[in-house]
Amino acid sequence: MTDNSSDSTLALATVEREGLRPPRNRFVEAWSGLSRSKIAVASLVFIILVLLMGAFAPLLQTNDPFAGGKDALLPPLSGEHLLGTDHLGRDIWSQLVNGARVSLMVGFSVAAAATVIGIIVGALAGFYGGWIDSLLMRITEFFQTLPRLVLALIIVALFGSSVTMLIGVIAILSWPQTARVVRTGFMSLRSVAFVDAARVSGMPRTAIIFREILPNVLASVVVIASLDVGAAILTEASLSFFGLGDPNLVSWGGMLQQAQQYLAQAWWMAVFPGVAIALIVLAFNILGDGLNDALNPRLKERA
Amino acid sequence: MRQAEIALFIAKRMLSALPLLLGVVVVNFLLIQLAPGDPITVLVGDNPVSEEYLNQIRAEFGLDKPVWEQLWIYVVQILHGNLGTSYSRHQPVTELLLDRAGNTLKLTLTAILLATVVGGLLGVLAARFRGRPIDAGTQTVTLLGFSVPEFWLGQILILLFAVNLQWLPSGGAYSIRTGDAGFFATLNYLILPAVALSFRYVALISRMTRASLLEVSNADFVTAARARGLSDGGILRRHTLKNAAPPVITVIGYNFGFILGGSVMIETVFSWPGIGRLLYESIGSRDYPVLIGILLVISVTVVIANLITDIVHMLIDPRVGQKA
Repeated sequence: MTDNSSDSTLALATVEREGLRPPRNRFVEAWSGLSRSKIAVASLVFIILVLLMGAFAPLLQTNDPFAGGKDALLPPLSGEHLLGTDHLGRDIWSQLVNGARVSLMVGFSVAAAATVIGIIVGALAGFYGGWIDSLLMRITEFFQTLPRLVLALIIVALFGSSVTMLIGVIAILSWPQTARVVRTGFMSLRSVAFVDAARVSGMPRTAIIFREILPNVLASVVVIASLDVGAAILTEASLSFFGLGDPNLVSWGGMLQQAQQYLAQAWWMAVFPGVAIALIVLAFNILGDGLNDALNPRLKERA
Repeated sequence: MRQAEIALFIAKRMLSALPLLLGVVVVNFLLIQLAPGDPITVLVGDNPVSEEYLNQIRAEFGLDKPVWEQLWIYVVQILHGNLGTSYSRHQPVTELLLDRAGNTLKLTLTAILLATVVGGLLGVLAARFRGRPIDAGTQTVTLLGFSVPEFWLGQILILLFAVNLQWLPSGGAYSIRTGDAGFFATLNYLILPAVALSFRYVALISRMTRASLLEVSNADFVTAARARGLSDGGILRRHTLKNAAPPVITVIGYNFGFILGGSVMIETVFSWPGIGRLLYESIGSRDYPVLIGILLVISVTVVIANLITDIVHMLIDPRVGQKA
């Protein structure tokens, strides 16, 4: 009893000294940190709006995004076509709201999958060390060396371009950064007093990993995940621009591919989808930076 | 003593690149094995050939042998510079790649040069005038650089400078009328794609330069120089820049793979006749041998670029060698 309490006092002391706190109120804290940055909050609001736009695309679209018509290449504000039409007479606004779905679905799915893979690899490497660490880090290094975009292009070209395929390929190429950060976190926390305390008290390894250590590295993981969403949206757009998007869905990158042949006649075909991609990626990047400042305050002075 | 250390470091580093190269080759081999269609078609192409020739190819590539042996034969073929034959062009892949490599290098190296000059300058200004409008401006440029798709930036540059203002050509590497008339004739064609390709790296390099300069500016020797009464500009020129350079050089080298990836997109937008444009055309014609050959060449280039970066970094920053 006495031993236990002195252990936890020691743990608490370490916690205070190292600035590590138990995961309580973490979200409240993160939000209060984030809400101090107006531009980060604005980005979050923008992301939510685009999410809603994608969710309610069938209600927001003014036309069937696939339905062509005789009114081809109409400029913006022509009658019922708010943002004009493309070379087949399809309504740009309706394509744009539907494209939000693909971008966000790919972005969030990739970030989620990459985070899970990264946490597993990083936690195993950092917690166990030794040959497991060396092996996993060699693999991570290898994946970081691969030219991501080119490999994704070629795999999708060889094996087909369904949206599941796109998500899978981009995710497989996106996890190394998370793995590295989680590993570093685990290595520095492996022998911190409150982890030792948990170990001595007989807590099973999985519980130590998930309940004691992981919450303390989540801050960095969340930051990377936010940046991953943006990066995945860019990669999906690049693949679609190559004609390797899901052929059954409207995507912003695919719209830009169509626009390429009509740059001289229809600027609106290129401008609107491109602005959409740039803004949503910008929003995730700003949100990532904001989260970084809010969750890792010690890093702030370095930036 | 120091020279022996350097030699040892370089040898170690080169050894550690071998598994990466092997990994790259295995990935390529697996893609050939798993690619839709008969591997024999991947190697010979679609053009009709005699049964005799097919057997010869099968024997040459050991397609009747176990997988491990096939991998070995594939490695040997690569070492001989044989990457198979293009489906649609009926030309050796190696020849096609060599034809295009020069243009890709011209574009990527110009973009890197541009990004280093512009990004470095912005980074220095942002660090020197920290917290002032020019710092805020640089950070905005940085954020945009990481967010704007480079191929779309290319399209917008075409819209502005080729379609509307008609100052510069919208694509290609030289005028069809004159043919390839040397470097300066190409320059007009190079400007827009190089600017589009460099934007992301302007962002990267300016951010890195700024951070690196600010970190060095807290170092003791800078304080000492200030105490000796050196001006801010003098300190920057004589001390900080030299010490802030290694991380910036590293970031340029490590990102070479991403620049090649970006080049694929930019070459497509500007019909620039490089490897990226070849990749785009080969995806359209499902020309698997060319696709896999391009992947191999780009992956190997990245491994080598990282290797050179590490060695250069070690040579200019002596602390690196001692850590290893």
